[in-house]
Amino acid sequence: MAGQENVTRNEARSSSVSRHVFDNGLTVLLKEVHTAPVISWWMLYRVGSRNEHTGQTGISHWVEHMMFKGTDKFPAGVLDKAIDRIGGSWNAQTSFDYTAYYETMPASQIDLVLQAEADRMVNAHFNVDDVESERTVIISEREGSENDPIYWLFEETNAAAFRVHPYHHQIIGDMADLKSMTRDDLYRHYQTYYAPNNAIAVAVGDFETQTMLARIKELYEDIPSGPAIPPVTRAEPPQQGERFVKVERYGNTHHIHLLYRAPEATHPDWFKLKMIDSILSGASAPGSGGGGNKTSRLYKALVEKELASGVNSSLSITIDPHTFSLIATVRDGRTPEEVQAALDAEIDRLRQGEIVQAELDKAKKQAKALFAYGTETVTGQAYWLAFAENFASYEWYETYVEQLEAVTLDDVREVAQRYFIPSQRTVGWLIPIKGEN
Amino acid sequence: MEIRTETLPGPQDIARHELANGIVVLVRENLHVRSVVITGALDAGSIFETPDTQGVASFTASMLLRGTHTRNFDTIHEMLEGSGAKLAMSSGRHTVGFSGKSLREDLPMLLDLLADGLRNPAFPADYVEKLRGQLVTNYKFREEDTRYIAGRTFRELAYPAAHPYSQPIDGTLASIETITRDHMIEFHRRQYGPGGMFIVVVGAVDTAATIQMIAERFADWRNPDQQPQPELPEIPSMIEVRQQVVPMQDKSQSDVVLGVPSLSRYADDWIAANIANSILGVFGMYGRIGAEVREKRGLAYYAYSRIEGGIGPGPWRVIAGVNPVNVPQTVAAIRDEIRRIITEPVTAEELADNKANFIGRLPLRLESNEGVAGSIVAMERYQLGLDYLQRYAAMVNAITVEDVLAAAQRYLNPDVYALAVAGPDIPAE
Repeated sequence: MAGQENVTRNEARSSSVSRHVFDNGLTVLLKEVHTAPVISWWMLYRVGSRNEHTGQTGISHWVEHMMFKGTDKFPAGVLDKAIDRIGGSWNAQTSFDYTAYYETMPASQIDLVLQAEADRMVNAHFNVDDVESERTVIISEREGSENDPIYWLFEETNAAAFRVHPYHHQIIGDMADLKSMTRDDLYRHYQTYYAPNNAIAVAVGDFETQTMLARIKELYEDIPSGPAIPPVTRAEPPQQGERFVKVERYGNTHHIHLLYRAPEATHPDWFKLKMIDSILSGASAPGSGGGGNKTSRLYKALVEKELASGVNSSLSITIDPHTFSLIATVRDGRTPEEVQAALDAEIDRLRQGEIVQAELDKAKKQAKALFAYGTETVTGQAYWLAFAENFASYEWYETYVEQLEAVTLDDVREVAQRYFIPSQRTVGWLIPIKGEN
Repeated sequence: MEIRTETLPGPQDIARHELANGIVVLVRENLHVRSVVITGALDAGSIFETPDTQGVASFTASMLLRGTHTRNFDTIHEMLEGSGAKLAMSSGRHTVGFSGKSLREDLPMLLDLLADGLRNPAFPADYVEKLRGQLVTNYKFREEDTRYIAGRTFRELAYPAAHPYSQPIDGTLASIETITRDHMIEFHRRQYGPGGMFIVVVGAVDTAATIQMIAERFADWRNPDQQPQPELPEIPSMIEVRQQVVPMQDKSQSDVVLGVPSLSRYADDWIAANIANSILGVFGMYGRIGAEVREKRGLAYYAYSRIEGGIGPGPWRVIAGVNPVNVPQTVAAIRDEIRRIITEPVTAEELADNKANFIGRLPLRLESNEGVAGSIVAMERYQLGLDYLQRYAAMVNAITVEDVLAAAQRYLNPDVYALAVAGPDIPAE
């Protein structure tokens, strides 16, 4: 029995999303798209690095890997082959606030993965041998990231920006924890967080809603609810002044990473800050990434002026307050001091209200086009519906353009002053050093 | 695997039109979306460079949208970004490729900029220097990347020094620093023209109107000096192991690339070789190599194989990222799997699974305009025919166990390969 129904229209595609909440707490979102014979099926669990504590950092991501180690019904490797055999694609991702699994399939073959996700929600094997073999795979994944000097910079600035909140650590986890966590730790995490009451299921594609809903009910409605989800209690306390970290690694290039505090994605200021992100480094929209950035403020002030070889900004989309970040690669022959000064000057311009309506208009127009591109594949749409439902509701995604349209020049000037505060930022510099050879 | 071939893009819904100067225009309408994608290429890749100006093709392509005789940098990018449109041009080994996307109403603007960039670039001196600094910085940053260094070193080992495939497309630090604006003007004068050019348009467009728009912008383009694709030098068969370890400081992981020069996209055994490759290192999360190196031994986050077949014989490579102490074990495991695929026929089940995958993945690949455009590019570039996708299932289904074995044996040998490793110094055992 569905406990709640809610239907809205997406004008752009003349198709609708329906929301259904089962008695066991599972939220199901369905959207028909009949432009190609494919369906994307997502199962998002409301657990990510945000839900981890010291000693078990990286556990959500490791559990994600264990979900591919098989069940009695689908032993390890069986689904890999079965999905490839029918031309589907599947994968998973772990983020700050969620762990999500997806399969995009030829429409006629969707039943296999509807069954598979229901099965592994409760029946995943956590064999000790598999845990040990995956331990080295995940350590290898982290070591691969460590090869990139910028990974170290991000890890350090992020850790400095969050002293208390679990956004402090990297999603992959600290090496010490990857070496020490046990099979029982992983299984406990799975039993706590993998349950219908903590999950969002989304299908987008070539199906009939009533038929799909009936089949999902058949497979998922009888899965029992899990325990109450432990609350995340460690809010980040107010910052007491600017923080500065230096990372020194062998290499050739300097990089700068700035983190300003930003609100959670449901905060009324989020879309206003998103406008500043577009003005600084070009527009982006859910599902299609960025457009160009060559007319943006940071490109003009840093790349055009031959101070940086590349520059970008981004605004986190998270349940709890996170950051507005700026990243610049110092151009060969230039100094980080020069680039830092140029970044600071751009932030000062914003704070002094130097923003004009034409910049907003351009950002809105760009975002509208990019948003339209993002609705062209079922996988992208299904991801954004699930992702938005996790931190707000799917309507956040569906009304993205309208919410951006509503932002005024005064809004933008006001948030520029409220968030770009020097004492509330973390500055990270990657300093290349030369080794012994 | 059954697939309804009549629903696949084919002669019934792909229009192919040749302009008087030889440029081929291919259009497929998709009225389900509001956007349009364009993609294509022309004969102006790095293969046309002289040895003293390595990287000039790439530098030139990157300058095309940085100022033309009638539009400056700001004008070009205000036009694109003001509409949420995207347009990029970059050099490959044989061709310069371009790709763009816009809302349907902005297609004329996108084509204006494409034509202007390709035909009338001004190479503004100040932008040459701005870009040079970016290229130098990017070059130095790539020098810190184990994956890039392993890949570059592999090419140097696998291909003869005189072969264009042995060199990086983006030149050397010395060449990037010394290429002049005049070099680029000369390269453009000699190499940019309608020769070998095709444009694919997919999306919410009208076919006849689109062909007309392209003809208006390109049909009068001529360049009698443009050089045709050169013959590639012969690659003598490898008869030995060539290996090189590049020690890099402050690294945690070693990147391993092991492989050989193999086949071009024109090869008769293209599909058979790709099925062999899929069984070796792709199917079911990285194939046999993934099962052995990642799943069974837990050595790597990634370990897979790829064939990069283009106009000439690209490499067939296995790529893995592993802890430095595990490099010897990983290389041994990869060689064991290569030995197995050239000595034992694959099982009937493996063959059936992979055939089903090759055919069954078409609906996903063709879901987006970009996916359809990519398929049309391959049809045109490699002269596969507009009915290629419709004939594809039959071609795949005709492959036998013997075909797969023969293809693997033709290119692979566990005792003859190029091996590049970039990462921390491997500790002595």
